[in-house]
Amino acid sequence: MNIKLRDPKEIMKLSRLGSFHQSKLSFLRSFLREFKNWEFKRDLFNLDEKGFGESVYSFKKKDRVYSLVCFANRISDEERSDRVIATKWDAAFTLYDGIPSKDDIKRLKNEVPKQEIGRLSYKELTLSRANKSVRVFNHVVENLSKGQQPDLDLLSKVGYLYRTTAVYGSGKFGLADRFRIKDREEINGPFRLEMMLVYLVRQFTFDQVNHVAYYKDPKNAVKLEENICKNLGIGNSTGLGMAPFIVNHPTLLNNWIMSRELALQKIRQIKKVDIRDSKLFLECVKNSLTNITSWNTESSYQQFKIKSLLKDVQNFLDYIINQFDFQVDYPFDKIYKWLEKESCDECVEYIVSIMMEPYNEITEPLVKLMSSDEEKYFDIPTDKTVEELRIIIEKEYSNILKINFEKKENNQNFWFISKNKEEPRIADRYKEFGSELEQPLAIARDIKKLYHKLIISKNSLSIAKFLSNNSDLRHVVRRAFIKEKFPYSEIQDNTISKNTIPIDMLRLKLSFFGALKFDPRSDKWLRICMFQGAPLPHNLKNYDEQWVYKVNL
Amino acid sequence: MKSLSEIETTVKRATKAAGFSWGVSEDVGKCVKVLELFGLPGIKNLNQYYKDRNIKKFECLHIINEKNFSTSGPYCPIILGINFLDQIKTIKQSKKIYFKSIGYPIIFLSFLSRASEIIGKKIYIKIDNIEFLLNYNINILSNFFNQNQLSNGKNVEIEILDNQDNFSDIEWKELYKLSENTFVEETESLKQGGAGAGLTDND
Repeated sequence: MNIKLRDPKEIMKLSRLGSFHQSKLSFLRSFLREFKNWEFKRDLFNLDEKGFGESVYSFKKKDRVYSLVCFANRISDEERSDRVIATKWDAAFTLYDGIPSKDDIKRLKNEVPKQEIGRLSYKELTLSRANKSVRVFNHVVENLSKGQQPDLDLLSKVGYLYRTTAVYGSGKFGLADRFRIKDREEINGPFRLEMMLVYLVRQFTFDQVNHVAYYKDPKNAVKLEENICKNLGIGNSTGLGMAPFIVNHPTLLNNWIMSRELALQKIRQIKKVDIRDSKLFLECVKNSLTNITSWNTESSYQQFKIKSLLKDVQNFLDYIINQFDFQVDYPFDKIYKWLEKESCDECVEYIVSIMMEPYNEITEPLVKLMSSDEEKYFDIPTDKTVEELRIIIEKEYSNILKINFEKKENNQNFWFISKNKEEPRIADRYKEFGSELEQPLAIARDIKKLYHKLIISKNSLSIAKFLSNNSDLRHVVRRAFIKEKFPYSEIQDNTISKNTIPIDMLRLKLSFFGALKFDPRSDKWLRICMFQGAPLPHNLKNYDEQWVYKVNL
Repeated sequence: MKSLSEIETTVKRATKAAGFSWGVSEDVGKCVKVLELFGLPGIKNLNQYYKDRNIKKFECLHIINEKNFSTSGPYCPIILGINFLDQIKTIKQSKKIYFKSIGYPIIFLSFLSRASEIIGKKIYIKIDNIEFLLNYNINILSNFFNQNQLSNGKNVEIEILDNQDNFSDIEWKELYKLSENTFVEETESLKQGGAGAGLTDND
């Protein structure tokens, strides 16, 4: 049966992208699969009684070693902030390429805790920092030191001991450029080293909390039970920094979404589904209800989405259990069509993610296609004509062309880079100062501008000549030609509208990271949890692939 | 040491701040990154060029001909570079192109390097007495080593080279003959069995 890929004009709308969930294609899950046979070690653990000092963790295979270097620092409560404007953190980390020498650690101790104002070298791959969830961390220390395990209710509400507030890679602040490492097979997947850093940080948080509890009362202290550790992840506070990334990396975005769409297409094309596979699918949907019911947020926007999701997943289960027969031909296609008709976007994408669970043979090859060399597609085919470009825009951006940018609400916001922190921000152009320094992220508006110029230009004019008089549209000319080749490379929505919800863009990226429990703190930043339920490093060799759906706190 | 990613991002932003469009700034970011990767002083020249632009006049050349003479000041290396890159498929018909006066020609060089990759041909450029050979954006050969700024190229000649060998037929034949010493002379029996098909490959 020939099933078409889903229409980018529907899938690439922000509201749909903001309904995506983690799946087998997510980077933290593919990271675990790739590194499950690597040797994990804690190489250094030099913390004082209060838990301050440095430690090193590593993954090793043959001659390749990646080492996480951690610096735990004493900071006052007033200094602790998740905002990007903070200058001190409870802990700071870097992933070192190889085994760091004493001199390296000395050098890094001077630089890593400074984060953005420190300087890293080509020997370091990623950089991050994290703050304690003080309430949870202190509670765990207190209880462990008394010889008892912490209150699971409290732990389940938060889900982690620490949360990272930024993870940097790819050449930032002097870190290694991607070209130095891109041919390594084990990191042939996006953000793999960032995932490694976060995973190893998680282990550090358990070791640190045990260490502090022990020194608080060496006679009575116990360790945090392994099963509790497993069910704790690492939190993350994420702001607008992520949003421009997905606009600025169109072919990468395409490859992420395309992999997901291909997986869905292949699954819908399965004529007869093995009973083991249908059982696994159903089991994952049932187990996943815990993820929904333990999803805490104060955001009314997200609460509404969770409520609709829970209702729709329950309806779906009712349909599958009571009305559906997996023996029919193309059962997943039938399921998909039912979902499209009966469920909200959030539920459709939720179940699409779970459909992948039984099908390693489909997802594994796709994981390898999720990176991209953007530069390959950077050059503009300037020998093409105005007519050819106009046809591309009419075909690929037809919904965008319907937006009236003369209306104030469709042109309300502008994206800019803050001088203080060199971070992306969004503001109302009619109320705030600075819109003349707008970043080129209003793709929909600029595509429409380009279209208006094209329709008054001669059809046979070459793009080279068109550009010599229309330099201001060069960035969107480039994008349109990329879009022609990469159907899922462009958000099919207005990113500067009054109604734009920036966290939809964040959520898209975070779902591909593998994040759970999106907790919007406003429309511009959110908290999430990563690796909750994931195997601990010493259990990696033989772990349950469906751990995501078995979080049990 | 600054990473290439930092170089690209900062150059892109600085170029926008200097008054170019975002699209052009993206190209300049890539180009200066390439110069620095090849060990050429991209940042030095760009930085000085942006200072000079405030006090000197540079001419914008939009359509490139075989012979181009600037009249109101040296050509702006960025506008010239962008247009050279965009028009390379037309320009390549001309074997030789001449420019009278290009400001900061090292910056222009990076666009030529990318043009070389696009057309799959090597490009030779002589800036006064300095020579460069641009090899498909893989590397740049030159006698401009350990030098810093070059604020003006008074006479600039560009030659788009035909794809041809860098060696003579005799040199090739001699080397090929030597390589034949790794082959095994085929006996009748090897002819029969060595390739698996026997002496006939008819169905």
